[in-house]
Amino acid sequence: MRNVSRKDLQKTARPAEPSGQGYKNGADAVVAALEKAGVDTVFAYPGGASMVLHQSLTRSRKIRTVLPRHEQGGAFMAEGYARASGRVGVCMATSGPGATNLVTGIADAYMDSVPLVAITGQVKREMIGRGAFQETDVFGLTLPIVKHSYLVISADDIPSIIQEAVLLAQTGRPGPVLLDIPKDVQQSSVHPQHSDRSFGGCKPVPRASDEELESLLVALESAERPLLYVGGGILSGEACQALRRFAEKTRVPVATTLMGIGCFPETHDLSLRWLGMHGTVYANYATDACDLLLAMGVRFDDRVTGNVEEFAKHAKIIHVDVDSSELNKNKRADLPILGDIRDALDRLNEMLETEGRPRKDHLAWHAQIAQWKSRYPYSYCRVPGAILPQQVVEETFRLTKGEAIITTGVGQHQMWAAQFYQFTRPRSFLSSSGLGTMGFGYPAALGAKVAFPDRQVIDIDGDGSFLMNIQELATAITEGIPAKAIILNNQHLGMVMQWEDRFFAGNRAHTFLGDPRNTERYYPSFKKICEGFDVPAEEVHHPEDLRPALERLLSAETPYVVDVHVPYTEHVLPMIPAGMTVRDVILGPLPDEADSTSAERQRASSPGQRPGLG
Amino acid sequence: MEQANVPAKESEARMRHTISVLVANRFGVLTRIAGLFSGRGYNIDTLNVGPTHDEKVSRMTIVVKGDDKVLDQVTRQLNKLVDVIAVQDFREGEYIDRQLILVKVKSTERSRAELMQICDIFRAKIVNVEPEDLTIEITGDESKVEKFLYLMSTFGILDISRTGKIALPRQGE
Repeated sequence: MRNVSRKDLQKTARPAEPSGQGYKNGADAVVAALEKAGVDTVFAYPGGASMVLHQSLTRSRKIRTVLPRHEQGGAFMAEGYARASGRVGVCMATSGPGATNLVTGIADAYMDSVPLVAITGQVKREMIGRGAFQETDVFGLTLPIVKHSYLVISADDIPSIIQEAVLLAQTGRPGPVLLDIPKDVQQSSVHPQHSDRSFGGCKPVPRASDEELESLLVALESAERPLLYVGGGILSGEACQALRRFAEKTRVPVATTLMGIGCFPETHDLSLRWLGMHGTVYANYATDACDLLLAMGVRFDDRVTGNVEEFAKHAKIIHVDVDSSELNKNKRADLPILGDIRDALDRLNEMLETEGRPRKDHLAWHAQIAQWKSRYPYSYCRVPGAILPQQVVEETFRLTKGEAIITTGVGQHQMWAAQFYQFTRPRSFLSSSGLGTMGFGYPAALGAKVAFPDRQVIDIDGDGSFLMNIQELATAITEGIPAKAIILNNQHLGMVMQWEDRFFAGNRAHTFLGDPRNTERYYPSFKKICEGFDVPAEEVHHPEDLRPALERLLSAETPYVVDVHVPYTEHVLPMIPAGMTVRDVILGPLPDEADSTSAERQRASSPGQRPGLG
Repeated sequence: MEQANVPAKESEARMRHTISVLVANRFGVLTRIAGLFSGRGYNIDTLNVGPTHDEKVSRMTIVVKGDDKVLDQVTRQLNKLVDVIAVQDFREGEYIDRQLILVKVKSTERSRAELMQICDIFRAKIVNVEPEDLTIEITGDESKVEKFLYLMSTFGILDISRTGKIALPRQGE
């Protein structure tokens, strides 16, 4: 995130200088302005209304154009790039179906506050509104899911609009910005206007007042059981270091949201890992028991709070956020503080240092938390002869030493990836958390790998999610992007199946994804599909084969897919059912319970169709 | 449109809000703003848009009934829009408001004199006269025009066209 005051904006609001005789056309101006804004990669699928832009892209020496195999894949790649790097991700598509295929990606970026610039071609200006071939009002379609959008009606505005769009996407609370550019605007000549926008554009980033920060510290002084509840705002606000200093100085334990994973090292003794529906029992207990909740860069999402009335019921709540509309939205805060989080934390740290305030050790509180931690770790019961999905994630964690960037699809595997991989670095867990979009994982991994070619990037995916954007294997090969994928293949739409088991007496309602006429075999064959794409792949059925297969995956210098056949009978636990409270938590097996024979397991494996368990 | 967001029995308790929004005069602004209300199942009662003394800036005056908490949220969302310059949620007594109404009323030879008398009291203007009806122009704040319309209804209202409420704060900018 960048701090931009309106003054700064005006100072820099000069459009990109035309080189020599000026731009050849509007499309050149788009590319030049993107270059000027520091964009180095565009994920773009061409079509009739955007081909002029692509012609210009071929002339760019600074921008790499990655060709996805579906516009939705392109949007997720741009998101993966942005989520991993913090820089703006750019995707592009043609009008009509190209644009509508971007919509899910734009909605996804909106929900998770990802800086995304989506550029769409549009039919010629004179054809707009006439039902022209491949015409869709994408400006209208995306209104409720963008931070801002533009229909560019004059090529002269292109330089200033692109500059503003990139800035908007990443300033304050980041989000997606859409640019719809008619084909004839791309083709027409450009005479850049000095924009005289005296209003609109980037609004100044708010700062917390000294009094508010002082009140926060005063509240902290009197608290016995304080807790930090921190989220994606810490990452987008680049406040990880500041958060760590603050937590260590004040000895306040830290629970993150799913979006906040990695903003505070999960191996740190103050870390409670993440809270919410499938979060750690101890983070949820701590939230329930705390008397001061310091909520920073979070939005009290229902998957975190459950029954929002009961959430942190005994706590005084102080909520710091850069977006005023988040304050008091889902949960009333006793002290809402509007401001940039990095700024607020830096100033808090400064106040703590210079004033040498007496520090509380909260010994009883930490002892209580330590007890919960040892009593309720994430756990599962091993099953002899079977590979459990949790084991696959644990093994991947061990082999990568927690250094990989992990992306996920959505469902059970997503939760297991978050539970059994411990994240120590920011921006290393990339997951569609708000919108919950299946098919996110592999394209996002490709985008992240483009941003960080030297880091190991692994998509831990489900069989259902992986199939939803499987065509991007072609992108991985043709563009030479060696992102890996591990499929936790249980032949089911696992999370929905879990809810069927819990709340619908195990009645399977179209959640079996295998071949209904032959449930013994695994269908489809990801290995054969990969073969068609020239992606090396292997299937793993036996526990002893897992580790070597993962080692081959990690050492491969090409894309690589390991399809692990796992039983479908596992449930993601612990679980606080939707809208309930921490008192309703369904626990996983406790450490002192015997392996493999818990009541939990017998229940889980009772009803439903039975594919081969591998 | 039904106001879907709130149970029916609460509807009486919901406050009427007059929200004034200064916006950049660009296309798409109206849809963006209207979308924030419609997306929450709220119906806008009246809406008025027009340029201010600065032609690049328009003022929208929106009258909407709704739950205070939800409208507070809408106001905050409005503030976030790039094209929005300022938002004010006016409270009772803090602002001056007017609306203009053209109303066509049945009139006969017998009733015309009485009609004219009422118009006189309300400083309304008769702007068109036909054998069977009159068209009257009236401006005023809400209570005045509502009272006037109530009186007119006894004669028989044939048609009405009204501007939305427009408002300015008494103090400040």
